[in-house]
Amino acid sequence: MEPVLTLRGVVAVLGRFPALAGVDLDVGAGSTVLLVGPNGAGKSTLLRLCAGLVGLTAGSATVLGHDLRTGRRELRRRVGYLGHANGLYDELTVEENVRFWARIARVPEPAAAADAALERLAVASRLRDLGVGRLSAGQRRRVALAAFVVRRPELWLLDEPHAGLDATARDDLDDLVREATAAGATVLVASHELERATALASRTVRLEGGVVVDVA
Amino acid sequence: MWRDAFAVAGRDLRIEARSRVAVNQVVPFAFIVLLLFGFALDPDRGILQRVTPGLFWVTVLLSALVVVQRSFAIERSDGGRDALRVGGIDPAGVFLGKGAAILVVLLVLEVALLAAVAVLYGAPLAGWPLLVVSAVVTTVGIVAPGTIYGALASGLRVRETVLPLLFLPVVAPVMIGATRAFEAALEGSTGAGWRWCGLLAVFAASYTALGMLLFEPLLEES
Repeated sequence: MEPVLTLRGVVAVLGRFPALAGVDLDVGAGSTVLLVGPNGAGKSTLLRLCAGLVGLTAGSATVLGHDLRTGRRELRRRVGYLGHANGLYDELTVEENVRFWARIARVPEPAAAADAALERLAVASRLRDLGVGRLSAGQRRRVALAAFVVRRPELWLLDEPHAGLDATARDDLDDLVREATAAGATVLVASHELERATALASRTVRLEGGVVVDVA
Repeated sequence: MWRDAFAVAGRDLRIEARSRVAVNQVVPFAFIVLLLFGFALDPDRGILQRVTPGLFWVTVLLSALVVVQRSFAIERSDGGRDALRVGGIDPAGVFLGKGAAILVVLLVLEVALLAAVAVLYGAPLAGWPLLVVSAVVTTVGIVAPGTIYGALASGLRVRETVLPLLFLPVVAPVMIGATRAFEAALEGSTGAGWRWCGLLAVFAASYTALGMLLFEPLLEES
């Protein structure tokens, strides 16, 4: 399996706190890796590092062939990161939000791509002309997922993606992840929904105190 | 870069149009400042007319602080800044797009303020070509550093108080040039005014180029 992610002795210090204290990890293309561990274990920092949002303090990291020290800008066009925040604009409508991210990602025919993404996430037609600020938390998360998939990332970095979603939306998300990996994308997901996420994952990586303590 | 700039400018202007912050807050704020200057400087119209160019541009500058802070508040809400960074957007495109949206808001505000100074201060609006060109160039000269320092301050907890400290000293030369150009336009001595206008254009172009170069580290580090 071609490596998508290669981390060697990765250290990431946030302020004075070493959030990652020497992580070694290899992830192959098309796999789904579940990151587990207690709060503060470094799961979110690891995902943000792979998205190029957190700098490398020490060690080496290659993601999708890009060195994280030198190629973060090129890398970002190929990864998708969905963190705790949704990255949506309250004053824009659902459709405008998704189209904006499609345009930024240089997706051909962004309007059609946005419609398809909203359709795939089962965002009701009656909601699409509403301002995102008027949606419930669960509906916002669905729209955020639509804005995520419309960019067609090769590496999916999902931080607690099931949070705030109802049972149907959680199932839809799991189906999306399976479709993405079947199409060759790679997924790293941090979740406390262990039963659901374990069913999705081909590997489980346990982090504690900023280091990998177990790979299963 | 241009594609990202158009997308960001369109997004910011759409958000502005929907939130109506400029109409409901910035324009009234600017009018109140003009009125307060009027009260402070005596209702003697002679004084007010003489100092109209300076008062006009100080009012625009104070309003620009509000508009710039509002512009970067958009990026802070709901993880917008991270989303932009991980979206792979061209940082120079973000700078140009955000700057263009701020520019449009300020130019509309200036039209309203020109009408206001004509009515409130009895300023004789003349020398229109110089007035218009110097207004555009000055506004770019305010917007470019405003966007740079807005990005720099937006990552700080004390952003509201730091932005004026960083931004106002930098635009002091713009205030001088803009006031002189406006005075020349209103007095009909446009020759000197165009020279000031040229200096303003150099300042605006320099800061625009600087912003395009600096915005990547600013987005990453601030």
